[in-house]
Amino acid sequence: MTASLDPSLEAAPKSLVTVRSAFTAVLLAFLALLPLYVALTGNAFVLTLFTRIVIMAIGAVSLNLIMGYGGMVSFGHAAYLGIGGYAVGILAKEGVDSGFAQWPVAVAASALYAVVVGALSLRTRGVYFIMITLAFAQMIYYVAIGLDRYGGDDGLTIYRRSQFGGLIDLSNKTLFYYLCLVLLIASIYMVSRLINSRFGLTIRGSRSNDRRMRAIGFPTFRYRLVCFVIAGALCGLAGALLANHTNFISPALMHWTRSGDLIVMVVLGGLGSLFGPLIGTVAFLLLEEALSRVTEYANLILGPVLLLVAIYVRGGIEGLLEGRRSGYRAP
Amino acid sequence: MYAGASRDCSKGDAVATALLEINGLTKRFGGVVAADAITLDIPAGEFHAVIGPNGAGKTTLVGLLAGEILAQGGAIRFDGSDITRLPVYRRSRLGLARSFQITSLFSDFTALDNVALAVQAHRGHSFRFWQDARREQELRKPAQVALERVGLAARAGARVDRLSHGERRQLEIAMALAASPRLLLLDEPMAGMGPEESAHMVEMLRQLKGGVTILLIEHDMETVFALANRITVLVYGRVIACGEPAVIRDDPAVRQAYLGEKQDRGHG
Repeated sequence: MTASLDPSLEAAPKSLVTVRSAFTAVLLAFLALLPLYVALTGNAFVLTLFTRIVIMAIGAVSLNLIMGYGGMVSFGHAAYLGIGGYAVGILAKEGVDSGFAQWPVAVAASALYAVVVGALSLRTRGVYFIMITLAFAQMIYYVAIGLDRYGGDDGLTIYRRSQFGGLIDLSNKTLFYYLCLVLLIASIYMVSRLINSRFGLTIRGSRSNDRRMRAIGFPTFRYRLVCFVIAGALCGLAGALLANHTNFISPALMHWTRSGDLIVMVVLGGLGSLFGPLIGTVAFLLLEEALSRVTEYANLILGPVLLLVAIYVRGGIEGLLEGRRSGYRAP
Repeated sequence: MYAGASRDCSKGDAVATALLEINGLTKRFGGVVAADAITLDIPAGEFHAVIGPNGAGKTTLVGLLAGEILAQGGAIRFDGSDITRLPVYRRSRLGLARSFQITSLFSDFTALDNVALAVQAHRGHSFRFWQDARREQELRKPAQVALERVGLAARAGARVDRLSHGERRQLEIAMALAASPRLLLLDEPMAGMGPEESAHMVEMLRQLKGGVTILLIEHDMETVFALANRITVLVYGRVIACGEPAVIRDDPAVRQAYLGEKQDRGHG
């Protein structure tokens, strides 16, 4: 069957070369070539900064899946960074340094946590949902503080990065950066498939009009829960990467302000757009970095900038590139 | 004169073949009785209309049947099985489709997307994570057919927020039809429509008549008398009359409770 039977398909893809896609392509090319620049200039700090950006972008992609496409505003998303990170840290401390064990545990533990949080929080909406996800994240935060064996409030140094039996050496910073970048691209691709599948349309329909979804025969709760768990698992992976990146974990990893940062990154980049979370993370962390060099009061400038973006560019930076000034695609 | 007792609106001998059996259905909101022991049978193939003045409990009845409101007493049987306590989505899966009085659509999707979602709901589970659902002919084709049935095929690719009010109402019906329902629950499909759009909708309903069992909740008397095989009149949550249009038109209780009131206000 040809697509001509289906007018909505023809309407969807506009011109292939838009400001938006050009910008995205340039950004990806920049990220891919970054280690080359680092090798030429010997500026190792840039690589460290961008490794962090790429890892946080995975977390933002994960949050965007539930928040942008599913309408679930999780204010406790940093908890997954913590759970993923602590899975790596705790196993390393106990002598298990194989990444083949650490990473699956990080992902599984995050998924399990998401099942519990989701099963309770998804019965509520709006502010209540936000508060419950926040409450759980705070709980996990204090649990981490209580883990005396694993550093408690002071955190835990990881002396050896995850070992992959000679397959890939994570202590090679360039290799590690590329691994993170590949995982980021893979996660964006995964989300792009997901949101257009039957499952994805169910989630998006539920964001748009949950009552109608149930009326036409969808048990929406279970789909939303599965989506919530997928996002949690993905963010848990980002946590495992982050622990390997910093060689250190502490409860600060999942402080509630981190969850707030993730929301800001997603909204700044463009809620419910594929590359928005990446763009938002790059913009947010670069801005934060640049401002912190100029002034001690970086947040004093960052705050108003974000406020302006939230008010005047409702589709985030993505929306701006697309030429949208206000009114992001329906609540 | 209306004596105050609830009428039994079952057909007696037709019980065995009734698609929908409502028996003593009761719902109170605080002190207000919104559904007072409603008893009603709808045989397969019937076009049944429910009328009543504002506050008669029509919307409550829709909510009870669709499953959004749970009854405090009585039972609803659909095709022989008890659905009184089933959740909304399970009723939908059994073949009970509804349209909403206030248009309730997925506004950021196209018309075709909306109907395709309704089709998807009845094609097994949706834990399919990879294939592009917008390219699945199993979903798109029946959706296209449903749009054609309501005369909206030309607008298939338009986003819902670009559709006119009348077109959205048509889309409501298309979504209900897309699931190949056995019972169509239509909640004031003509609400807010202009005369031309209304006429179009009436014509559409006439074409559906006989093919699918329909329970129509409606304000517009002309439509009801023109289309329905049987009519139920609700007043204060109670069935005060039930029968063929000619019988209802001449029923003194109905005239007093509903028609008379309307005539006083100059045909509403």
